[in-house]
Amino acid sequence: MLTPDEKHEIDHEISILPHRKAAVIEALKIVQQHRGWVNDESVGAVADYLDMSPAEVDSVATFYNLIFRKPVGRHIILLCDSISCYVMGYQKLYAAIQDQLQIKFGGTTSDKKFTLLPNPCLGCCDRAPALMIDEDLYTDVTPDKLAEIFSKYS
Amino acid sequence: MPTIFIDNKPFEVKAGKNLLEACLSLGLDLPYFCWHPALGSVGACRQCAISMFKDENDQKGKLTMACMEGVKDGLRISLTDTTSKAFREQVVEWLMTNHPHDCPVCDEGGSCHLQDMTVMTGHDYRRFSYKKRTYKNQYLGPFIHHEMNRCIQCYRCVRFYKDYAGGKDLDVFAAHNHVYFGREKDGVLESPFSGNLAEVCPTGVFTDETLRQHYTRKWDLTMAPSVCTHCSLGCNITAGERYGELRSITNRYNGDVNGYFLCDRGRFGYEFVNSENRIAKPIIRNRVGEAVDEDTLMTHLKTIFKHGNKFIGIGSPRASVESNYALMDLVGKDNYYNGLSEFENLLAKLVAKTLQSGTVRSASLKDVEKADAVLILGEDVWNTAPMLALSVRQAVLKSAAAEALQQTPLPQWHDAAIRELVQEERGYFANITLAGSALDEIANYKLHSSPDDIARLGYAIAHIIDPGSPAVKNASDELLTKAKEIADALLKAKNPVIISGTGCLNEPLIKAAHNIALALNSGERKAEICYVMHESNTMGLALTQAFGLDKAIERTEREEGLSVVILENDLYRSLPGNVVDRFLSRCKNVVVLDQLNNATTVKAHVLIPSATFAEADGTMVNNEGRAQSFFQVFNPASNYVREAWRWLYAIKDLNAAPGNETFPHPDEILSRVEKDYPMFSGISKVSPAHDFRVNGQRIPREPRRYSGRTAIRANISVSEPRPFQDDDSPLSYTMEGYDGIPPSSLIPFFWSPGWNSIQSVNKYQDEVGGALKGGDPGVRLFEVDKSKPKTYFEHIPYPFTAKPDHLLLLPQFHVFGSGELSIYTKAIEDFAPEPYAALSEPDAEKMGLSDGSILNVKIGEKKIAFPVCVHKAISNGIVLLPAGLTETAGAIWGAWINFSANGHS
Amino acid sequence: MERPLTEHIHPNRPALNLKEYEAVGGYAALKKVLKDSSPKQVQQAVQDSNLKGRGGAGFNTGMKWSFVPMDNAPRPKYIIANADEMEPGTFKDRLLLEGSPHQLIEGMIIAGYAIQADISYIFLRFAYKDAAKILRKSIQEAYDAGYLGKNIQGSGYSLEMYLHTGVGRYMCGEETALLNALEGKRATPRAKPPFPQVSGLFGKPTIVNNVETFCCVPHIIAKGAEWFKSISKSEDGGTKLYGVSGKVNKPGLWELPMGVTIRELIEEHAGGMKNGLKFKGALPGGASTDFLTEQHLDVKMDFKSVAAAGSRLGTGTMIVLDDATCPVGFVHNLQHFFAQESCGWCTPCREGLPWVEKVLLSLENGEGKKEDLDILHMHTKFLGPGNTFCALAPGAMEPLESALKYFADDFEKHIRDKKCPYHN
Ligand SMILES: Cc1cc2nc3c(=O)[nH]c(=O)nc-3n(C[C@H](O)[C@H](O)[C@H](O)COP(=O)(O)O)c2cc1C
Ligand code: SF4
Ligand code: FES
Repeated sequence: MLTPDEKHEIDHEISILPHRKAAVIEALKIVQQHRGWVNDESVGAVADYLDMSPAEVDSVATFYNLIFRKPVGRHIILLCDSISCYVMGYQKLYAAIQDQLQIKFGGTTSDKKFTLLPNPCLGCCDRAPALMIDEDLYTDVTPDKLAEIFSKYS
Repeated sequence: MPTIFIDNKPFEVKAGKNLLEACLSLGLDLPYFCWHPALGSVGACRQCAISMFKDENDQKGKLTMACMEGVKDGLRISLTDTTSKAFREQVVEWLMTNHPHDCPVCDEGGSCHLQDMTVMTGHDYRRFSYKKRTYKNQYLGPFIHHEMNRCIQCYRCVRFYKDYAGGKDLDVFAAHNHVYFGREKDGVLESPFSGNLAEVCPTGVFTDETLRQHYTRKWDLTMAPSVCTHCSLGCNITAGERYGELRSITNRYNGDVNGYFLCDRGRFGYEFVNSENRIAKPIIRNRVGEAVDEDTLMTHLKTIFKHGNKFIGIGSPRASVESNYALMDLVGKDNYYNGLSEFENLLAKLVAKTLQSGTVRSASLKDVEKADAVLILGEDVWNTAPMLALSVRQAVLKSAAAEALQQTPLPQWHDAAIRELVQEERGYFANITLAGSALDEIANYKLHSSPDDIARLGYAIAHIIDPGSPAVKNASDELLTKAKEIADALLKAKNPVIISGTGCLNEPLIKAAHNIALALNSGERKAEICYVMHESNTMGLALTQAFGLDKAIERTEREEGLSVVILENDLYRSLPGNVVDRFLSRCKNVVVLDQLNNATTVKAHVLIPSATFAEADGTMVNNEGRAQSFFQVFNPASNYVREAWRWLYAIKDLNAAPGNETFPHPDEILSRVEKDYPMFSGISKVSPAHDFRVNGQRIPREPRRYSGRTAIRANISVSEPRPFQDDDSPLSYTMEGYDGIPPSSLIPFFWSPGWNSIQSVNKYQDEVGGALKGGDPGVRLFEVDKSKPKTYFEHIPYPFTAKPDHLLLLPQFHVFGSGELSIYTKAIEDFAPEPYAALSEPDAEKMGLSDGSILNVKIGEKKIAFPVCVHKAISNGIVLLPAGLTETAGAIWGAWINFSANGHS
Repeated sequence: MERPLTEHIHPNRPALNLKEYEAVGGYAALKKVLKDSSPKQVQQAVQDSNLKGRGGAGFNTGMKWSFVPMDNAPRPKYIIANADEMEPGTFKDRLLLEGSPHQLIEGMIIAGYAIQADISYIFLRFAYKDAAKILRKSIQEAYDAGYLGKNIQGSGYSLEMYLHTGVGRYMCGEETALLNALEGKRATPRAKPPFPQVSGLFGKPTIVNNVETFCCVPHIIAKGAEWFKSISKSEDGGTKLYGVSGKVNKPGLWELPMGVTIRELIEEHAGGMKNGLKFKGALPGGASTDFLTEQHLDVKMDFKSVAAAGSRLGTGTMIVLDDATCPVGFVHNLQHFFAQESCGWCTPCREGLPWVEKVLLSLENGEGKKEDLDILHMHTKFLGPGNTFCALAPGAMEPLESALKYFADDFEKHIRDKKCPYHN
C-alpha cells in the first residue's frame, strides 16, 4: 500500500501526463525516496495505483540502475569508474574503500551504513577522481581523504 | 506494383511491404528473428541485414535491415554480397556466445528457428572462449516450460504475450546482456494464449510442457491437418502422434480463421484422446463378459435393429457432419433429433437461419480483426470463444492505428513506431456483457446488464441507426442515451462488426444483434455479424433445422417401446438427471457411440467406441458457417475405435439385403449431404477427394526424417508391417509421397528445405502473412444476398425485472473448465473453477447471503450446494453458475429458479 | 573574445537568478521574438546561424526544427532539453545548468515558440543534484514572471515546463530512448524514421536538443545569425564549450570560439601535460569518439575538421591519454562502460560489446592471443553505424578502432609479453 504522502506526490505526476502508466518511473522514484529501496510489495503497490501489472512495473524498475530492488544502506556511495577517473586512478580509491569499509561494488556495510556502487561518469571529469554520497559530490578525491568524508555520515 | 532489383534481377513486389516480407514472399531465404508476420517489425535482432545500393554504379552498398525498409520502385539490394552475408553470419555467432550448445537435449531441436537460421547463415565454428551467461529458469505452470539460457533476446515473447495478446504477467527485465524474459516471479502464466509462446519463441526457451511429458521430435510425429474441437470457432490445428498417443497440437495457419495462433484450451486440451477413460471395446451390458468382439457386437446389433424395433437417433454438436448424417440415414430423417437442449436448439437454429438468409455477412476471425468498430452484445467471448477475443483485441488496436496513421503516415509493418504513435488510444469497442469480461479493459464502452436489457439496448441502437427498424416501447431516457452513444460511434465506422452468440441463452439478443448489423449496412458501410455458438459443429447441426432433445423426449413419452441411438452426446450435461433417467428407461434399446465414458455411456445397453477427432476423418461447420475437414492422425491401438459414421453405416447395412448395402465412401457421404440439404452446398469441395494425387503421389503424414519406422514395433515383432492404407483421404501414413506444397486443406505439417520450424509456413503462403497458396482452407456455406429486403426482427423483450424469490439461472463460461473434453487434460482440470454461485450484492443481501455462504440450487431433483460469490457487476435477479462442471451438469440455463421454498444457509 | 554562454557564469558564485539574468539582458531575446517574429522566422534565423547541435551528432538545429509539422499538427507538441550528460569525459552542460539556468529556459521557450510547442521538459541526469534544485527554482521564477505558462508575456503563446530527473542509464541521453524514459518506459531507443519531429514524445511532434544548443539560441536571436557566425573560427557558428580531462596540469572547461586547435586547448588552456608525461592521444569529444594523436594536434576543433582528421567533435570535451597510461586498459575501461550501458535491445551491441570487453580484459591481463585482435577488428567493422539499432555501439567502436590503429604496438606487446607493459 502506498502512503497518503506517496500517493499525493504520484498524483501530481499523473496530473501532468497523458496517461497514468507514464508516471511509473516517477512513482518508483517517489517510493524509493520514502522507503530507501523498492521491494516487491512496493512494486505491487505502484502497479495497483497506476493500473499496471507488477511485471510491467518491474520491467521498468529493473532496467534502471538507480532504482534499487535490493535493500541498500543508509547512504549510497557512487564511485565513478569511468574513463577520466580511470586515468586519474579511481582504482586506488576503490581499493581504499574496500579496505576501509570492507565492501566491494554492490555491497553494503554490515552496519547498513553504506552501499557502494560503481557509477558511470559523474560529470566532473576535470576534477577526477570523483565520488558521490547521497546528494554530496566529492571531487579530486584521494585515498587519504576518504576517512574524513565517511565520518560525516551516520 | 513496384519493381525491385535483388542481386541485379528484377522482381515485382507488393507495395506497402518491407524488404524482408518482399524477399520471403518471393520465396527467397533471408534469416530473421525479431520480425514475425503477425507482430510486425521492430528491427532488434539485426539478423535480416542485406546490402542496399544507391544505384547500378554503387558497388559498396549500405548494410540495411530488410525488415525496417519499405519496398520502393527501382530499389537495388543484395542478399548474396559478402558484407551482408558475413554480417548475418556474425549475428548468429553473437547469439551463440551465450546460447548453450544443447540441441540434442533441447525440446526445440529439429523444429528450431535458431537452428534453421544458423545453418542458413553458414555459421559453424564459434570463437567466443569465455564463460557463458546463465540464468535461473522459472516455473511457469503446466503449459509452458522455461529454459532461459537458450534465449536470444528477440523480444518476440513479450511482443506477442503483452502487446498482441494483452497478457500482463510476462515481461522483459533488466538491461544490457542480462535482459531476462519471464514473470516477475515464478508462477502460472495467466494468459489463456500462453501456449503460443512455444511457437513464437524461435528457440527452446518457451516450450510445450505437455509435449515434454511424452516428448517426440517434430520429425518423428505422424501428423494430419485437423480442426480444434473445443469451441465453435474451428481453429485449424496440426495434430501429431507417436506410439499410438496424441502428443501435440500446434497451430495450422489459416489466414481467414486463426492465423498464427491458438488458445490454450485448443492447444493443450488434447489429452482426452489419450485418456484412460477412453472406451476401447464394444460393450453389451447385462451379459457375462460385457466387452465383446466385433462379431458378437454385430450379431447383437443385427437382432436389435431388425424390423419391428423402431429407433430414434440423437445427434451431437461435437460429432462431425458425416456422423450426424449417418445417424440420420440410419434412423431416418423423421426420427433424428440433433441432441441440443430445447433452448440451445432454438437459438442455434435461429443463428443458422439468420446467417443463411444472407441479409448480413458472417464475419471470420480475420474479418473481425479488420473491423474498425466492434460491439459485443452479451457474449462472453473471452471464455466462450477465446480466439475471437484475441481478434477483437487486434481490431481495437488496428483501428486505433489506422486513425493515427491518417495524420502521421507510417508503414503498416512498422510495429514499434505505430505503437509509439498510438500510445493508449483504442479503436471503438463496446463490450456489453452479463458480468464483465477480461476484454473490458480495452473497451471504450462497457456495460453489465441482463440479457433482456442488453437486447433492448440492441434494438434501441438499431432503431437509432435505421428508424425503419422496430423501436423499443417505453424505453427509458437512460437506455436511449446509451443507445445513442453506441449508435453514433458505430455510424462512424466503415466496417463495424457486431458480435453476439448463444452463450446468454437469450433469443432477443441474437435478433437485436442482427438488427444492428442490418441497420448499419448501407451505402459505403459494410457491417458484419459474428455469432458464437456452443460446440465445434453446432452450426453443422443447426443448419438442418432438426428437432432437438426435448422433442425426442416428448416422443418417447407419447410412443412406447422406442429404441435410441445416441451419438457422442452426454445427455446428462444438457438435461437434469431425472429427466434423462426417465427418458433412457423408456427406451427399449439404448445404443450409445462415444469416445469417453460418461454418465450416458454408463446407461447404454450397447456401447460402441467411437473415434476422436484425431482418429477420424470428418467435416465440421464453424460459427462463421465455414465447413472444414479434419483428417485422421493415426490408427488407434484398438481396432474398435472407429469413426461413428463408419459404425453407423455398418449397422445400417446389417439388415440390408445382399447387394443393397449402402455403405458409402466418406466423399460420398458429403455428396449425399449436399443433395439432401442444399444449405450444405459446397461442402463436398472442402478438401480434395480421396483419390486426389499430386504427380501420382499421396501426401505423407510423416516427415521425410521420420525415424524408427522399422524399429518402432520391434518389441512386438521384428518384421515391419505394411503401413496403414488410407482409403478415405489422399493422405498416407508414410513418409514417402509428395513433399511439395499440397492443397491448403491437406497440409499435414509445415516444412520446407532449410525451414524445420513452424516458420516454414511462410513458404506455404501466397505472400507472408497472407492466404495459403490456393486459398485458405474451408468453404463458407453462407454468402450475402444483396437482393434481400431489409427485414428486421420484431421480438423486443420487456425490461428485465427480477421476480420475487426467483433468480434467473445463467451460465458463466470459463476457458478452462467449461469444455466437456478439454477437462481431461490434467492441467485444465486443475484450472477449472470450484463450483460457485455468483449473484448481485443487493440480491445476496436480500437473501441474507455473503461471500462463501451456501446457496442451494435445485438442478432437476437434486439440490446442490454452491458457495456464494457476491459479484459487483451482475444485475439483480440473476444467478450465474459455472458452466460445464459436473455440479452444474443438467442445469436448465435461462430458467427461473424459485428460492422461496429452497433452504439456504 | 566573446563568451556569450558563460560570460556571466562564475564558478564560485551561485547561479544567476531571474533578476540577475534579466539585468544582463536575459529574456530580451524572448520578448523580441514574441513581439516581432513568426515561428518560421525564428527557425530560419537559427538555421542561418549555422548552429549545429552540441549533443554530439552536430546536426543543423534550425533545420531540425523545420521538420516539425506546423499547420494542423498533432497536439500537444513537445520541446525537450537533453541534460542527461552521461557520456564519460563530458562535463560541459553541468556548468550551464548550474551557472545560468535561465539561459537554458529562455532558449527552450524561444525554441518552443519556433515549433509552437505546448509542453517542454528538461531531462536531467540523476547525479546533477544541485542543478535539479537550481532548475526547479528557476522554472518557478520563470512561471512567476510570466515567461512560462499560459499566454506568455501577453503574446498568446503558452508553454508548460517540467523538470524530469533520470534514474540512471547512459541510454537516456539517446534522444529516442530519452522519449521512452519520459513516457515511463524502458529507455530503449526507437527506430528512425519516424523521427521525433514527426512522432516523438507520446507519439507527438517533438524536438530534443542538447542544453548547450538551447543556450546558444537567445544569443542568436538577440545579436543575429551573422554575429553568431562571426564569433566562430570556423564554418560552424558560435562558440563552443571545450573541456580537457586526464593528466594535464589544469583540467577544465572553457568557452572558446568554435574551431580552436587541439594544441591550443591542451597547451594554453589546460596548461600542458603533467610533469614527466607525454601526450599520446586524446578522444576529442567524449568517450565515443576516435582517438587523435600527436599528428593531429593542430586540427581545429570544429565538426568538419575533426571529422576530416578521422574523429568526431562529439561533445567537445576531450580526454587525454598520456604515455604512462595503458591504452588497452583505457579502452577496456571504455568498453566496460559501453557494455554495461547497452540497453540490450539489438544483438550486435548486446552480445558484441561484452565480448569485446572480455577480450580486452584478457589482453590487459596478459592472456590474449593473436586471434583476439581479429575479433576486435571484426567488431569495429560490424558494430558500425546503421548495423546496430542506435548509435551507442558505433560510438563505442570509435575509440577501439582508432586505438587498434594508432596503438597497435601496445596491443601486440601485451600478447607477445603476456603482460601489460604499463604495469611494471
Ligand atoms: C548513447 C547515446 C547517448 C547520448 N547522450 C546524450 C546526452 O547525454 N546529451 C545529449 O545532449 N545528447 C546525447 N546524445 C545525442 C542525442 O541522441 C541527440 O542527438 C541530441 O540530444 C540532439 O541534440 P543536439 O541536436 O542539440 O545535439 C546521445 C546519443 C547516444 C547515441
Ligand atoms: S546499439 Fe542496440 S543494444 Fe546497443 S544501446 Fe543501441 S539499440 Fe541498445
Ligand atoms: S528480423 Fe529484421 S532486425 Fe530482426
